[in-house]
Amino acid sequence: MKIQFILNGEEIHLDVAADRRVVDLLREDLGFTGTKEGCGAGECGACSILVNGEHRLSCLMVAAQLAGAEIVTIEGLSGEKGFHPLQEAFIREGAVQCGFCTPGMIIAAEALLKSNPNPTREEIRSGLSGNLCRCTGYQKIVDAVSEASRIGKKTT
Amino acid sequence: MFNHIPEIGKTFVRPDAAGKSKGTEKYAADYYGDQLVWAGVRRAGIACGRIRNVDTSAAQSLPGVVAVLTAKDVPGTNRQGIVHKDQPVLAEDKVRYSGDAVALVLADDRATLDKALALLKVDIEPLPAVFTHEEALKPGAPVIHESHPGGNILLQAQIRQGNAVQALADCDVLIEESFDVPMQAHAFLETENGLAWQEPDGRIVLICSTQAPFRDRWEIGHALGIPMDKLRVSSPYLGGAFGGKDGATVQCFLALAAMHAQGRPVKMTWSREENFAAGYKRHAAHMEYRLGAKADGTLQALHCKLFYNTGAYAHLGGEVMALGMEHAGGPYRILHTLVEGWCVYTNQPIAGAMRGFGVAQVSFAAERMMDLLAAKLNMDPLDLRQKNALRRGDQNTSGVTMTQSTGIDACLAELQASPLWQNRSQWKEQASLFKRRGVGVSAVFNAIGYGRGLPDSAIAKIELTQEGNIRVYNGVTDMGQGNATAFVQIAGQILCQENNRFELIQPDTDRTLPSGSSSASRTTYTYGNALIKAAEDLRRKIIGRASLILLADTLDGLELLPGRVRDMQSGREIPLEMIASIMPPEDRICTSQFLMPVVRDKMNTGKEFVIGFPHLLFSYAAHLAAIEVDELTGAIEVKEYDAKTEAGHVLNPHTFTQQVHGAIAQGIGYALFEEIVTKDGRLMTPDFTTYHIPCAPDVPEMRSQIIETWEPSGPYGMKGVGEVGSNGPLPAIANALADACGVQMTCSPLSPERVLLALAQMKKQENPRQ
Repeated sequence: MKIQFILNGEEIHLDVAADRRVVDLLREDLGFTGTKEGCGAGECGACSILVNGEHRLSCLMVAAQLAGAEIVTIEGLSGEKGFHPLQEAFIREGAVQCGFCTPGMIIAAEALLKSNPNPTREEIRSGLSGNLCRCTGYQKIVDAVSEASRIGKKTT
Repeated sequence: MFNHIPEIGKTFVRPDAAGKSKGTEKYAADYYGDQLVWAGVRRAGIACGRIRNVDTSAAQSLPGVVAVLTAKDVPGTNRQGIVHKDQPVLAEDKVRYSGDAVALVLADDRATLDKALALLKVDIEPLPAVFTHEEALKPGAPVIHESHPGGNILLQAQIRQGNAVQALADCDVLIEESFDVPMQAHAFLETENGLAWQEPDGRIVLICSTQAPFRDRWEIGHALGIPMDKLRVSSPYLGGAFGGKDGATVQCFLALAAMHAQGRPVKMTWSREENFAAGYKRHAAHMEYRLGAKADGTLQALHCKLFYNTGAYAHLGGEVMALGMEHAGGPYRILHTLVEGWCVYTNQPIAGAMRGFGVAQVSFAAERMMDLLAAKLNMDPLDLRQKNALRRGDQNTSGVTMTQSTGIDACLAELQASPLWQNRSQWKEQASLFKRRGVGVSAVFNAIGYGRGLPDSAIAKIELTQEGNIRVYNGVTDMGQGNATAFVQIAGQILCQENNRFELIQPDTDRTLPSGSSSASRTTYTYGNALIKAAEDLRRKIIGRASLILLADTLDGLELLPGRVRDMQSGREIPLEMIASIMPPEDRICTSQFLMPVVRDKMNTGKEFVIGFPHLLFSYAAHLAAIEVDELTGAIEVKEYDAKTEAGHVLNPHTFTQQVHGAIAQGIGYALFEEIVTKDGRLMTPDFTTYHIPCAPDVPEMRSQIIETWEPSGPYGMKGVGEVGSNGPLPAIANALADACGVQMTCSPLSPERVLLALAQMKKQENPRQ
């Protein structure tokens, strides 16, 4: 089917099977490999993307659901050279180890901070509970999201 | 964004974090290619059986199928294995576990691949199987490897010093207990995968998520009959591994597939279900302990029998057990020890390397025994540990003299002083209704390096590029632990260059030099030592060549500074670019090999171990867990966690803490809920819904304290810290559970069901009439 949607600010027109998984469409057809796949069953959160500003799992979505939507992947969160405050905080606070969960985690954190700009550490933990990380033990991720929310408050 | 000179001992932001957080860093999983072919295997699905027939005709005639291959298409020995070559790439006549591959299919797309795999008609006659070590060791049990001389015993070994049996009889107190731990999954987020293709000249190139690209070349070469120089393997940053990508996963399949893909790139990615079914596991183990002490708490004698269930193939099973046996007595002085081990083949998934390689298992048993002993002696559990803690100059329980940094007593002393330990009674009293609180400790250690018999070597390579940058050729995979970061720090420290001048090349058998596997807490230690020498050579070289341009009579007045060399007397400076331009390519490269030192004691025990025994260096940790038990549900919540860790001098507090945190979280999962369950050899826990790994709310705020020492043999005094932290949580939490409600658990994980049952049994014993 022919679909049209906005991906990271750019209009995309595609002719694609309606049931193609969005994670495959993004990674294979469009080359946006920043979105990872860790389980293919909606259990790990590595494939998190923003759909109309909301946190969604691209391994559970099919192409037809993208029609007319506004999609943001990790690549679209900042410019090519720059860093989103969350990315900066993840780097600085040491929230990145193997990094395979990182794009999904940052996307989930972005959605969390949009709905709750001033979360407690417990709220961050529960807000990110759908995103698995096997390396960090989460503490530095929580530090990073806290830090990003603090910086966000300063700048707004 | 953070330009500065990387220095040793200071927090240095990981150079890989920027690309990883922006999604631009490419993992093996992120490589595709034009005209891509997808490869997958059909697995046995049955624990043990004889292959009667694999009918490939329907699959082969499906449009879009490129090739269907079975064992007869494997050109070499068709045997994989790091120490013992006992695992077929594609099973020939027998399958030994449900994950055994019987056919490899190549197709134009994934949908066709799935269809073709389903169209294969695999006829396997079921054979009797064994799943536990008891079943496998029974006389007359079905033999898993007919050609293995030891029957179902992969390795039987002993570590003995003194006379444990006699000494136990003479002890004032004796504790006897048995312990069981299940299989654990690594559950790295990037599943096993890679991309491969055949070049026009016949060479096969692999980009693979692997901990050991150099060894892979040897494995593939052996299994498929390909000369090593006809293989190139590279490993980009890994999306986690923890031991699970140390050895053959997709490598031989990919190379074999590439030989049948007419030059097209072939991609193989294991699904999560496949990762659970066919990926390596931490060994399940049964451990029988007898520990004796004097009335004053001095440990006297230990006898233990350890049974490691290694699954269907050897992989690193014997070596895992060896390390477990070496650590079975804990970080203590015990004069009389007898540690017996049996590593047993079964028809279970293959067990192998996992962070805390055999040690996580015995740490549970040894540290539970210490608490049981403390209770019997009415001694403070930390006092008992401190009284017996190894110090430099002591012999450990394998009889190795502790000549190197030995920091367990310092870790324990710091733990003793911690507010959480000092105020534990008060903290426990604050438990609310139907909750019980407890505080438990553990003292753990973990060896560094391969040990004697297998040279632990790395060869560093560093280059001044034509552009005047410094390129570090990392030879050991960075699976997330941050060794590549340490290498930039080391080079930065010696060459005095800012971080934006460094380029990192990740392991590639064509470009970097053999430096062993990313394992055994060895990566920074071994490669780092090699790099120090190579970087110092490069520094001298740059200054030496600069002297030719600066017309300096001696090198003493020249200093290497960021981006330039300065003549301190004249103040003249020349940029690195210019120095590089007068140097031919081979002159701009320095290499150096480092070989890890080994134990010098004459060992009269552990003769059965071919490689990997004993070890010279250990890192140490003392852990404290403060938990709350829900009496109604049996659920344990870890409220606070404190870790004191000694791993020599810390090169980067940032990455050090990362390792400690991550290891604790994995250990908490191992303690509370992670358990691979099989039924008739088939996985009952094939996904993250049935196999629960910790998510953010499951892990408490952790306190990680560095206990600094200096390891003279280490690069800048460091030792590896990757593994030691994963050994502490299970015993600390189990000890805390005993402290909270008197339940003495001997089985893990400490799941709500188990805790509830134990609580009920305890109540029954206390009030038999109820």
